[in-house]
Amino acid sequence: MNTLFQFLPPQASTISGEVDALYFFLIGISLVFAGLICLAVVFFAIRYRRRSDDETPEEIEGSLLLELTWTIIPLLICGVIFAWGTKVFFDAVRPPATEDSIEILVTGKQWMWKLQHPDGTREINELHVPIGRPVKLTMTSEDVIHSFYIPAFRTKMDVVPGVFTSLWFEATKKGKYHLFCAEYCGTKHSEMIGWVHVMDAHEYETWLSGGVDGESAVAGGKRLFSELGCQSCHSGDSGARGPNLEGLYGTEHALESGENVTVDAKYVRESILNPLSKVSKGYTPVMPTYQGLVDEMGIMRLIAYIQSLQSQEGAEAKQ
Amino acid sequence: MSDKNYLNVSYTLKSWLLTVDHKRIGLMYLLSVTGFFMLGGIFAMLIRLELMTPVGDLLQAENYNKIFTMHGLVMIFFFLIPAVPGVLGNFLLPLMVGAKDVAFPRLNLASWYVFMAGGLITSSAVVFGGVDTGWTFYTPYSTTYANTNVAITLVGAFVTGFSSILTGINFIATVHKMRAPGLTWFRLPLFVWALYATSLIMVLATPVLAMTLVLVFVERVFGVGIFDPALGGDPVLFQHLFWFYSHPAVYIMILPSMGIISELISCFSRKRVFGYNFIAYSSIGIAFLGFLVWGHHMFLSSQSVYAAMVFSFITFLVAIPSAIKVFNWTATLYRGSISYDTPMLYALGFIGLFTIGGLTGIFLGTLGLDMHVHDTYFVVAHFHYVMVGGVIMAYLGGVHFWWPKMTGKMYPEIWARISAVIVFVGFNLTFFPQFLLGYLGMPRRYHVYPDEFQVLNVMSTAGASILGLGYLMPILYFTWSLKYGKKASANPWKAKGLEWETASPPPPHNFLETPIVEEEAYAYGPSREVQIA
Repeated sequence: MNTLFQFLPPQASTISGEVDALYFFLIGISLVFAGLICLAVVFFAIRYRRRSDDETPEEIEGSLLLELTWTIIPLLICGVIFAWGTKVFFDAVRPPATEDSIEILVTGKQWMWKLQHPDGTREINELHVPIGRPVKLTMTSEDVIHSFYIPAFRTKMDVVPGVFTSLWFEATKKGKYHLFCAEYCGTKHSEMIGWVHVMDAHEYETWLSGGVDGESAVAGGKRLFSELGCQSCHSGDSGARGPNLEGLYGTEHALESGENVTVDAKYVRESILNPLSKVSKGYTPVMPTYQGLVDEMGIMRLIAYIQSLQSQEGAEAKQ
Repeated sequence: MSDKNYLNVSYTLKSWLLTVDHKRIGLMYLLSVTGFFMLGGIFAMLIRLELMTPVGDLLQAENYNKIFTMHGLVMIFFFLIPAVPGVLGNFLLPLMVGAKDVAFPRLNLASWYVFMAGGLITSSAVVFGGVDTGWTFYTPYSTTYANTNVAITLVGAFVTGFSSILTGINFIATVHKMRAPGLTWFRLPLFVWALYATSLIMVLATPVLAMTLVLVFVERVFGVGIFDPALGGDPVLFQHLFWFYSHPAVYIMILPSMGIISELISCFSRKRVFGYNFIAYSSIGIAFLGFLVWGHHMFLSSQSVYAAMVFSFITFLVAIPSAIKVFNWTATLYRGSISYDTPMLYALGFIGLFTIGGLTGIFLGTLGLDMHVHDTYFVVAHFHYVMVGGVIMAYLGGVHFWWPKMTGKMYPEIWARISAVIVFVGFNLTFFPQFLLGYLGMPRRYHVYPDEFQVLNVMSTAGASILGLGYLMPILYFTWSLKYGKKASANPWKAKGLEWETASPPPPHNFLETPIVEEEAYAYGPSREVQIA
């Protein structure tokens, strides 16, 4: 396609076509309404132009019927657009529940993207993915708010310090696609860009194995768990100073305050950085904070490790 | 009979700087906002010049970021918000309701001084190194990471907000308490309804901005962790607080402009506005619903999808009253007696451009689509269509329409029509390509960009130079007209409305005798006459 007259980015994900269809529908509606209005204005302005200086037009107060018509019809059209738009949005933010997805950890920081594949392979400002498999990104920022944007996939999500946000896509076409930061983040905001490389499955495996063997997120988390001394209190022994973490992820957990909390990524992160805010039932508030001792990528690895700790009985339930 | 009008009743500087005459205050606002507009325009010119090429060859990144920040700050806080209420609202509201002045004339003067103080403080931030947070001040960048003049700018914006609040109070009191005998609510000109709805927003929303700016200041200067996640704060809380004001703020900008359009369409069709009641109620409806949609700036900020759905839904609702107005203005043209004077050219242009701007707002409110176009040039194009294609066109139409009333002089009609066309063409060439750029994926606030976006950027810059010429021309010929313009009669447009029932320029206290209103608004039909007792 001649790039000079390109109006759409490449359609390279399962969602791209849906979003474009919605876009064309809205363009169609807009052309109809804007067209009608512009035509009416031009037509009336010419047809009813002043021909003599003392013309006095007929007094027309209004028409309830017209008001109702041009209120209700646009409302109905808006309803359709709202429903369709919401459906596309839900499809775009909810990854399919499948074992096949690749989970990538992402941190944004001024002014670069750090990405990690499940097997530990790390990338900076680039993301290699295979065609035809859902890719799920879990993201956070190390400083200000950024936004992870891939126009070819028609998807973006803000990357916010202090919380995890997620984005998913399934690529459908091989190629190289722009990755942009889409939330102003300071001096080099427009240079916080990169590429998403979509390859077929075989090429992806080759690329992955050819890279520097990093440790996987789970292995990295296990290493940090030991290095940071977590093991000493969360040893799993009875009478230990911290709760046993095996099989804990995903369960409802009781706190000293009497409330329950779901052990999810957000709670684990909070426990690491601000442990005294939610003390576990039956334990004393002695856990120190790890603020400044572990970065966001490290926290994500610890979460991956804790997720992987199964209880003695259950094997596969949590996934 | 005295031939003194509000302009020549005294020539001393003191009589201007200490005036309590709403008409003089309106002119003082005119001078101030024109100056700020030119400053904001220079920043725009620098942005468009830099963006002609994909690389950063005119400005360094940090300076570019300061320029787009200051373009937004100046245009929004020092032009778009104050212009119509401050210039035309101040000048016309008492005249339109048949009063001698606003309810609180000294408060009115205070509004202008507060505005100028805020302008001075913010300008000093600009002059002494600039600020680069974007006009939206998102945290934690603005609180922790930016190392430019954020604190001074926060103070400047804080102060300026009080100018809005005071004007809003004044207008509300004036409309309630100072209407001439016989002037019931539903006999008011629609411009008054628009100013009233706007004033409600100014009074209710601006304090939220003030408080938000204080919180950012407190965190930045004293390190209190309100928005800092490391201290237990929430950066997204800032966005909620900021947009709770800033969305209603855009209705502060557009509502008075819509009021102007009602006046222009009716006068230059020589007909009562079609669906008067519906337009009046729509103004109030927009003001109310406008407070409920702030989250549509935050669909992707990490808020829940259910919150996003609610905000999207209400966003569609708020579009409807605006659509109703557009349909009613168009219907007013039907079987009218239409002339093509400059104010009408601006009004007709407004209808087209505001329709496009409003429809693209629907695009942005559609969740599935916003995921792609949020934070891209699509947004930039949308808001320039409503703010420039809408507000500024209406403002210029209004200034032309009421220029003879304000100054007693006519502007040169041929030059004015030519510049209206130049503005319309230049505007579309500048901003339409930006819709395309946005959908192609070009993010906003980018100093450098991939090569493939260049052609559309060059088109946009070319349009901007034409638009700039179109704005320069009125500045020149309005100034020229003050000395050489044809003398204007009391009612050169043969319009209906109390402001046209007094001399051009008006006497110091507006009317020689209090008007008594015995007819509906826009009574262009053959049988009605205004009785002045």
